[in-house]
Amino acid sequence: MSLQKALSAASPLTLRIVAECPVTKARACDLTLPHCTVNTPVFMPVGTQGTLKGITVDQLESLGCQICLGNTYHLGMRPGPDLIVKAKGLHGFMNWKRNLLTDSGGFQMVSLVELSEVTEEGVNFKSPYDGKEILLSPEKSISIQNSLGSDIMMQLDDVVSSTVKGPRVEEAMHRSIRWLDRCIAANKNPDKQNLFAIIQGGLDAELRKACLKEMTQRDVSGFAIGGLSGGEEKNDFWRMVTLSTDHLPQEKPRYLMGVGYAVDLVVCVALGCDMFDCVFPTRTARFGSALVPWGSLQVKQKQYAKDFLPIDPDCHCPTCKRHSRAYLHALFKSDTAAMHHVTVHNIAYQLSLMRSVRQSIVEGRFPEFIRTFMKRMFPSRDDYPGWAVDALASVNVTLD
Amino acid sequence: MKLELSRVIQGGARLGVLQGIGRTGQHSLKVPGCLLYTHFGTVPHLTQDTLQTVNNLPSVTQVTLSNIAEHQEVLEEFKEGFKAFAGLHNTVLYCSLHDPATRSPTGYATNKTVSVWGSGGRIELTASKFMALLKTVKPDWYQSMADGETWQTNTSRKRIRKSVDRTLAYLDECLLVHQKSQDLDGVELFGVVEGGDVMEERVRSARETAKRPVAGFCLDGLQTGSVDQALRTQLITSMTTELPEDKPRLLQGVGRPDEVLACVEAGVDLFEGFFPFQVTERGCALCFNYDVSPDPECAVLELNEEKHSAGDNMQPKGDLNCEDQTQMTSFEMNLKDKRYQDDFKSLVEGCGCYCCKNHQRAYLHHLLVTNELLAGVLLMIHNMTHYQNFFGAVREALATDKMDLLKKRVHGETRNT
Ligand SMILES: [Zn+2]
Ligand SMILES: [Zn+2]
Repeated sequence: MSLQKALSAASPLTLRIVAECPVTKARACDLTLPHCTVNTPVFMPVGTQGTLKGITVDQLESLGCQICLGNTYHLGMRPGPDLIVKAKGLHGFMNWKRNLLTDSGGFQMVSLVELSEVTEEGVNFKSPYDGKEILLSPEKSISIQNSLGSDIMMQLDDVVSSTVKGPRVEEAMHRSIRWLDRCIAANKNPDKQNLFAIIQGGLDAELRKACLKEMTQRDVSGFAIGGLSGGEEKNDFWRMVTLSTDHLPQEKPRYLMGVGYAVDLVVCVALGCDMFDCVFPTRTARFGSALVPWGSLQVKQKQYAKDFLPIDPDCHCPTCKRHSRAYLHALFKSDTAAMHHVTVHNIAYQLSLMRSVRQSIVEGRFPEFIRTFMKRMFPSRDDYPGWAVDALASVNVTLD
Repeated sequence: MKLELSRVIQGGARLGVLQGIGRTGQHSLKVPGCLLYTHFGTVPHLTQDTLQTVNNLPSVTQVTLSNIAEHQEVLEEFKEGFKAFAGLHNTVLYCSLHDPATRSPTGYATNKTVSVWGSGGRIELTASKFMALLKTVKPDWYQSMADGETWQTNTSRKRIRKSVDRTLAYLDECLLVHQKSQDLDGVELFGVVEGGDVMEERVRSARETAKRPVAGFCLDGLQTGSVDQALRTQLITSMTTELPEDKPRLLQGVGRPDEVLACVEAGVDLFEGFFPFQVTERGCALCFNYDVSPDPECAVLELNEEKHSAGDNMQPKGDLNCEDQTQMTSFEMNLKDKRYQDDFKSLVEGCGCYCCKNHQRAYLHHLLVTNELLAGVLLMIHNMTHYQNFFGAVREALATDKMDLLKKRVHGETRNT
């Protein structure tokens, strides 16, 4: 017991709950990590290869980003952990002064590499670069993440598609618990790097609960809700999210993986999640899709050729302050900088959405914020997605 | 616009300042100098935030009708001109016909029209369409319409003569519209000197163009790959002797540092700033030495070492076989090369650009091998900075009689001066 306490005290993470919504499960926290404090709820942009889609670290910082993601699978392949150690970690390599979160590499492996096989030892796969057989074990994943030096590391979990049912889901859940213990034991930098557990259990409430019961007994800095946003029914999705937050400890951060659509963010904040990540805002920007409070705006569509308004007249990002839809529309035909403009805007949109969410929680008017947000996002009440209405009703928010 | 020359060096090189440029006359541009190269008003890869990290940006921004022509309708509806449309504030806008970084196909110019190639294909321009376009663009300077199809070697004398005649005829047509148009009040027109590789035609074109009320001269048809530098120097000299001293001369399509130096000595004032872009597109960083400062301790000695090793399997400089503008020159290092994989030095030691101050070669190498967009952003910032500083060194060398030293530096013969 005293050892447990000492370990916790040394954890390089503190979470201070700044405000709790009196109606929903939403909360605003200050999450202090080794490189800076993160104001939650937070959206974390994804910089897969140690760079965020044409955006410099200075631009990212000036947009107010306090934490972004790097992908262990990609970085472990190229440039490789040894080189990153020499570059003083991923922070040094990309010269990013704020926080980094790295995934375990497992998800990418299962989704990107065809020839992967999961055994108790780990995930076996063939390197797409040289064809060599590689084993990604929990120890290996943590070792790479220790080399990357991220502020938050994710455990290696046994990833099963959220649409899979049956005994494989249960097996994956139990294996993920065993792998968590191996990850905790493998962490060489518990004083500098936080480890998050990933709650599994598919869409089965009993399995989720079993997983939650086990994992919350482990000494980890935070919890991720995993195995969702992989094409499952939204009705199943939100129920699993809210079930998870019901059983997660108040004093630790909750990270909902792979969620980044504006509506999902707002609803899942209401369900009690603190952290989110998604490649969508930056990926979609490259195709000219700009995120706006009323959904999205396809800059490349002909209708914007003579539209001299900024993407969002109320947006304060560098793109909207200088450029019109018409200019961006035309620039898409001439230069890649057009993508950068939309990427900057989309990151600004995500971050400012989360800042507004936080502000409303702090000021005790989050339910009102949700109602206004939904009205702006959808043309009419009839267009509200049923799952969102149900999810919000479950936390006492009725939409008008 | 007024060209104030502070020095004219025997043989032709000119040092000075173009004062009172732009419609409101509040800008100036040091010569020899280069323009800001853009795609549709945007420096390739860069947003204003990243562009503004570069110090001493040229005060003149170049756009091309090849980018703009297809958007004429939009600009007509917008009404405020291209600068406002592109969010460009506080710059002089120069509008030229073609993109200097790409080759336009030949065989399309007629007595009445020239063609430009946009994203949607070829657009044919008559003089009146050309002028109508410019009225919507509202530039501060523009290049007159020109038949520049004679850059290819072995173009016949007859074809060259025709291009000179046509270009003069276009110019007269443009001038006629220009002088009657209130929209173009205060806008400066640059006449285009053609003549291929035929000395008499060059002289004739220069002499005739100089008779017209133009603000300056574009020297066309001498781009990299069309003639060798010795002939280019001769042809430029033959033209500049015909041109008035008080008007600027802009050389089109030449950007390699060694060629720039030779052309400056032949009397060229302005260049198009596309070279750093070409270097960026092949994943390279400019690293040639241009240091002529009196303190040798400041000299960036490492530069040339890098350059030599990087240029090992390059063709020797001065080789005319540079038809392919995408080919690497010996003024740059190829960061895709495996040797930079674990090289934690900054890109170019001593460079103060955003890229060099913040990132290492190993990171640039990683961005290039993973095809990440940030590679283009960072390389463009460095290459533009390096190139701008090179032009600063050219002016310093002219001011302090160090052109020979600068040439040696640029050509890589360092330390034995
Ligand atoms: Zn914006
Ligand atoms: Zn630099």
